[in-house]
Amino acid sequence: MALRELSSLEKFLGLKKPNKYSTQGDKKVPVLQSNNGPALVGLVTIACHLVKEAKRPELLGDSAESRAVVQQWLEHRVTKLDGCTKEDVKTVLKDFNLYLQDKVYLAGNQFTLADIFMYYGIHSLIVELAIQEKEQYMNVTRWFDHIQHYPSIRHHLPPVAVLRNRIYTGRHH
Amino acid sequence: MKLFVSEGNPHCLKVLAALEVTGAKCDVQYVNHEERVVPFLSRPALPALLLPSGLHLFSSNAICRYLFEVNGQDSSELCNQWLEWEATELQPALLQALHMAVLQGKGSEVSKVLQGPLNYLDQSLSKKNTPYLTGEAVSVADVVLWAALYPILSDSSLALGDRKSVKIWFDHGAAMHSLQCAAQKVLQGKGLQGMKSYMQKQPAPQSSQCRDTQPCNSSPAESEEGERLVSEEEIEAAALTWSKSLNACPLVANRQHPILPQEGKRNLLVTSALPYVNNVPHLGNIIGCVLSADVFSRYGRLRDWNVLFVCGTDEYGTATENKAREEGLTPQQICDKYHAVHSSIYKWFQIDFDYFGRTTTEKQTEIFSGDSTSTGFLVEDTVEQLRCESCQRFLADRFVEGTCPHCSYPEARGDQCDKCGRLINAVELREPQCKVCRQTPVIRSSKHLFLDLPKLETQLEQWLDKSTSTGDWTANAKQITRSWLRDGLKPRCITRDLKWGTPVPHPDFKEKVFYVWFDAPIGYLSITANYTDKWETWWKNPHQVELYNFMAKDNVPFHSVVFPCSLLGAQDNYTLVNHLVATEYLNYEDTKFSKSRGVGVFGDMAKDTGIPSDVWRFYLLVRASRGTGFSLLLGRHGYEKQL
Repeated sequence: MALRELSSLEKFLGLKKPNKYSTQGDKKVPVLQSNNGPALVGLVTIACHLVKEAKRPELLGDSAESRAVVQQWLEHRVTKLDGCTKEDVKTVLKDFNLYLQDKVYLAGNQFTLADIFMYYGIHSLIVELAIQEKEQYMNVTRWFDHIQHYPSIRHHLPPVAVLRNRIYTGRHH
Repeated sequence: MKLFVSEGNPHCLKVLAALEVTGAKCDVQYVNHEERVVPFLSRPALPALLLPSGLHLFSSNAICRYLFEVNGQDSSELCNQWLEWEATELQPALLQALHMAVLQGKGSEVSKVLQGPLNYLDQSLSKKNTPYLTGEAVSVADVVLWAALYPILSDSSLALGDRKSVKIWFDHGAAMHSLQCAAQKVLQGKGLQGMKSYMQKQPAPQSSQCRDTQPCNSSPAESEEGERLVSEEEIEAAALTWSKSLNACPLVANRQHPILPQEGKRNLLVTSALPYVNNVPHLGNIIGCVLSADVFSRYGRLRDWNVLFVCGTDEYGTATENKAREEGLTPQQICDKYHAVHSSIYKWFQIDFDYFGRTTTEKQTEIFSGDSTSTGFLVEDTVEQLRCESCQRFLADRFVEGTCPHCSYPEARGDQCDKCGRLINAVELREPQCKVCRQTPVIRSSKHLFLDLPKLETQLEQWLDKSTSTGDWTANAKQITRSWLRDGLKPRCITRDLKWGTPVPHPDFKEKVFYVWFDAPIGYLSITANYTDKWETWWKNPHQVELYNFMAKDNVPFHSVVFPCSLLGAQDNYTLVNHLVATEYLNYEDTKFSKSRGVGVFGDMAKDTGIPSDVWRFYLLVRASRGTGFSLLLGRHGYEKQL
């Protein structure tokens, strides 16, 4: 999954030559071999590297504060979100919903890498939610729908319907 | 800017150390462990940093990074890598270790838990051979890792093993005043025990070795193998083909009848289960087989495959005899009348058959004489049957109604129970009644022919193994077939004491006809024979022809077991089913459509609504693609919203 996300990120960034990734350990942590330097290990690390390579530093935040917020959510994604248990899901979504109450994007008013990776990470949770549950976490749903429609983000993930629509329900799009 | 920390909280060590190292200006407030400083988090999270803008940082690593950055020290990629490793690999192990050491008193087991991360750290440090993690100077990575490992590494009672590089690196940190200061504030000189009250408030860590609760958010391994990533080249090729538009496509040639298999082309013989003639077809029949087959055939022709799509009305059988009696006509007259009705309805629905025939032709009887009858796969036996004395006839199947012996459904028919779907023999029904006169029938003996399925079982299984693994079979078709085979094949009675049917070409069975479900699939052959004399080029040509059978799921056993067995028994190189597509039932507002019960929307009603057939086609196809069982919910509201 991590490799697919990195590949989608490359496409979003418009990086012409896709990189070759390998994995290490039983958690399958992605590794990027580099021609001139040591290998880079870790989903977040590699993602940030790709952003710099594509010369889009604003995706990491345009101030010290927003940079810290971006890193925080990236870390949150790979620690609390990945591998969260069924019991945790409600809390995760509730907290996230409260956080997004007054924000368009995770870092406030700016679209960043944090939005991209939280979207990738939370997709499988959102896909499982019924329409009523999606309406319960209104802010998460609003943010999610916004991000999934962002040009060139979705790639490997199927779109999730958030509106009450008779023809297409849930994930059976 | 305000930093909230709590005593005895190991995460606070990091931020306090970072604060000291960078010398950043910041208010520090000590609070209780339960204090919810961060407004959007349900569980208390400390340390937390209130930023000048009003935002909160709840990740200790992010806080440290921020403090370093405002002090002019940006984090390098290597720094980031260490921080990610710390959060994803070290922390889970540390939490477990601390839990064991502080609360469970299992200090001796801590070493095992931390072995992996500490070894990794040691290897990296010795390889790099620099005093600090990222080079010659202290970085945020050093501070974070020192602080994280401080409680454990400074406790000499925990036998953690000898890791030289780690020790050297750690000693650098431990010697730093800032780290010592921070440690003092957090642990109050009590070492590990200083963390007791904090640890007690935390949920028990899940050991990485045994997860009793499955993480619901982990990516399933199957999706890695199942889905194929589309490469850039493939995407570009697809875009190119799309932009070229239809001009570059091969022209769809006008169909020349009769369509025969061609060398060098993919030859597809497509059949739809033959609809019973005895009433007006309803939407369930249409989606059940003809529509799906029609869409597939159209697709096949566009792909320039050589497609022959045949179908027809299934006219023999007790259902027709019943109907004839109801309408006061002969069975032949009923068939003529309703065949025309079927034909015109399918025409309205734009089902593009290459040929739509009927089973009641001479070809049917001809083909039968060359069949299994002569090859030793038929067995004679005497059967007990229900005979209605007042009607003076042997009752079979649809002439009998009673209570299902398996599920107690009171309206079970004599051949199959509508509710549980099991095939039954009429004599098995409890409280049977003759459908015509409602009298209770008696049991009498009669001689019949049986298809020796057990004898053909091995051959059948060989064929099915090959076909189901290489062909397009829907999952339900495979399941249903498997369960039939698992239940064990028994000889099936293929003759009946009736007048309206294909006569049995055997002197001893002059008064009998073939059981409709045995003779119906032969209908495919005879219908093709009526279409072209060269029908055997399709039906006795398994190497050049691929046979697609489309049907509703209740017909599966007949197409996957009975029919192939009859063909195998005839030993005449017949084409057997390669691909079996079975659709689920269409429900009419949650009950099953039924011709014999008059429930549902029937072909001509659809036309009378004034809604064009394309709309109906689209709607049915969308609904059908949904999967297991689907309901037709009518009412103008629903329809408008759909479209």
